[in-house]
Amino acid sequence: MGQGERRFERVKEMVQKELRQILREPRLRRLIFLSPIIQLVVFGYAVSTDIRHTRTFVVDGDRTRTSRALIDAFTGSGYFRVVGRSDRPADLVSALDHGTAILGIEIQPGFTRRLESGQGADVQFLLDGTNSNVATVVRGYAERIALDFGRTAGDVPFAVPVDLRERAWYNADLKSRNYNVPAVVGTIMMLISLLLTSLAIVREREIGTLEQLLVSPLTPREMIAGKTIPFALIGMLDMMVITIVALLWFDVPFRGNFALLLSAGLLYLLPALGLGLLISTVSSTQQEAFLATFLVMMPTILLSGFMFPVSSMPKVFEWLTLLNPMRHFLEIVRGIFLKGVGIDVLWKQLAALAIMGPTILLFAASRFKRLAG
Amino acid sequence: METLNRTRLLAVARKEIIQLRRDARSLILAFALPVVLLVLFGYAITWDVNDIALGVVDSDRTQASRELINAFVASGYFHVEARCERSSELEDLLERGRVRIGLVIPVGFARDLDFESGASVQALFDGSDANTAGIAMGYARAAVQTYAMRILLKGQALSFPLRPQSRVWYNEDLSSRNMIVPGLVAVIMMIIAAMLTSLTISREWERGTMEQLAATPVSRLEVVLGKLLPYLGIGLIDVLVIATLGMVLFDVPLRGSPLLLMVLSTAFLLGSLGLGLVISAVAKSQLLATQLAMITTFLPAFLLSGFMFAIDVMPAPLQAISYLIPARYFLVVTRGIFLKGVGVEVLFVQGLLLIAFAAVGLFAAVRVFKKEII
Repeated sequence: MGQGERRFERVKEMVQKELRQILREPRLRRLIFLSPIIQLVVFGYAVSTDIRHTRTFVVDGDRTRTSRALIDAFTGSGYFRVVGRSDRPADLVSALDHGTAILGIEIQPGFTRRLESGQGADVQFLLDGTNSNVATVVRGYAERIALDFGRTAGDVPFAVPVDLRERAWYNADLKSRNYNVPAVVGTIMMLISLLLTSLAIVREREIGTLEQLLVSPLTPREMIAGKTIPFALIGMLDMMVITIVALLWFDVPFRGNFALLLSAGLLYLLPALGLGLLISTVSSTQQEAFLATFLVMMPTILLSGFMFPVSSMPKVFEWLTLLNPMRHFLEIVRGIFLKGVGIDVLWKQLAALAIMGPTILLFAASRFKRLAG
Repeated sequence: METLNRTRLLAVARKEIIQLRRDARSLILAFALPVVLLVLFGYAITWDVNDIALGVVDSDRTQASRELINAFVASGYFHVEARCERSSELEDLLERGRVRIGLVIPVGFARDLDFESGASVQALFDGSDANTAGIAMGYARAAVQTYAMRILLKGQALSFPLRPQSRVWYNEDLSSRNMIVPGLVAVIMMIIAAMLTSLTISREWERGTMEQLAATPVSRLEVVLGKLLPYLGIGLIDVLVIATLGMVLFDVPLRGSPLLLMVLSTAFLLGSLGLGLVISAVAKSQLLATQLAMITTFLPAFLLSGFMFAIDVMPAPLQAISYLIPARYFLVVTRGIFLKGVGVEVLFVQGLLLIAFAAVGLFAAVRVFKKEII
């Protein structure tokens, strides 16, 4: 048997042993299978920035067919739902204060008369701005409905000289789910790599079996390979499961190349596993490893573009995100899923991962060797 | 019956403080994490969309078409990132993510403006990020509307038949900071309360000091309250720090009563601390305790409280779950006090629920602790 073959045999043995150990531990099993499911449910269902059925309070001082038709235009759009009506504007204020309504529509007496006489009528929108994101979008919808209504309401249809024809590409219905669900691949693979790798190594240190491994004929490099490869396999498995669920359950489009997604996933695992290894070298207990993972995951997710667009960040933070492997991977995943782009577009992100992976992994491995040796 | 002696209570509290001071991780969680989160959320993270990269194909090349492009730039939300000759170039830029919107002005745009039918321009959006695209779309419409209005008004005193007048309350500039910072108070309370306290009893178990604690002549109530006091102090300090930094650094308004904020924060903290203690007693190992605390308190407070994602659009089962999450009510309180400036008259339901939460949390903590020692 050659040197290389023996080395391969040793690593294979260790990977098998690790996998057996992982799958035997109920807590790890739960983490591996439950966390993708929970995240998919949360990001497929809970985390939605779509606007529907906005709670609306109406003060109709005009009470004519036209004013009612305006309100119907709102409810008919599907974006708004009337939760209360009143004659007194004070009730509208109270509804906003209590948070029972997000939008208030106030129609003054004489609305129809002014509209039909061509004087031009006003309609007042009051918005609860506490959720800035919702308020911005709701305001846009409300104003558009009002303008469209006004265009057709008068005796003479009102011609607007410029017509804006909008087409949203890649995600024609603007569903936030299509953007969020593929990204779960990125967070899960990171979580698995950070948490499981560091916990597995630190646990061996805690119960004292790391010393046993050190006296075995495994070289440190083989040991690191044996410790990380199982989690790489689990990460890839999670990636495929999430992709399948995204396609079949959430109807997320997949327009790109699956082989490219797989290779990008492998590239992404390198920096992720490297970070996990690094955490294991700075933590002496599993508890510490868990907290360290939490402290690393938090900024990694927040500065990845997962929920908050990178392009809206201040320049300094935007540059900072270039060091974040998750940012590059999410661009790749979303590009492949939604845009169907290939290497010609994504090479920069792939190159960034290809540089980051070995760098972090080598650094972590050298620290690990120093600690082990 | 349970006794409550001040000297013994303070002795337990002092012991807990000494232990806390020696535990670097806990201190990081207690003081560094809130500030880091505040800076991240305050500076880096925003849903506000501005400076949208615009790609333009101007096939018309007239005064009118240039004015339309200027209307986009003048709105303050767009900058022209690229000018292309053909729309295929624009498609390429959209694919690469270099531009978010492509504006295509066809030949004959200026001429069509004078016709009855009007001119049309095309806007191509990168819709992959639905949220940003939706907001950008709104700004694009507004820019076109402004332009159209100007053309109409040029000759005659004509105005739109229906003029929407929008006014935004509580957060007039619609800045996401004003939304995030008051919510962050609730999230950080949860981290402090649940994640820190969850360690306090499991630590005693792991180090074998639980028996010693049981053997000392302190009542259970004294142990529970004594253990909670330092964390209550940390939590309230954090509220003050976040509120002050939020107001000074990020110009978040505090329109309501600071006293009411502190009172209800105390109630929320007591409930969460009790919950953390229960988790800690149930888990017995620090690792399990942290994980449980994370899954049962921090994540729901983060995702299902309305902190960042509106509860209204969640599916019914998740909405139902959100009613069980105390952070949901506390969030209404913090936003109400910070932004709306409302008081007890509006917040009394939430206030009562938080006080009930505090009572249940403390009661459960004492009960669970009783069982543990005997």
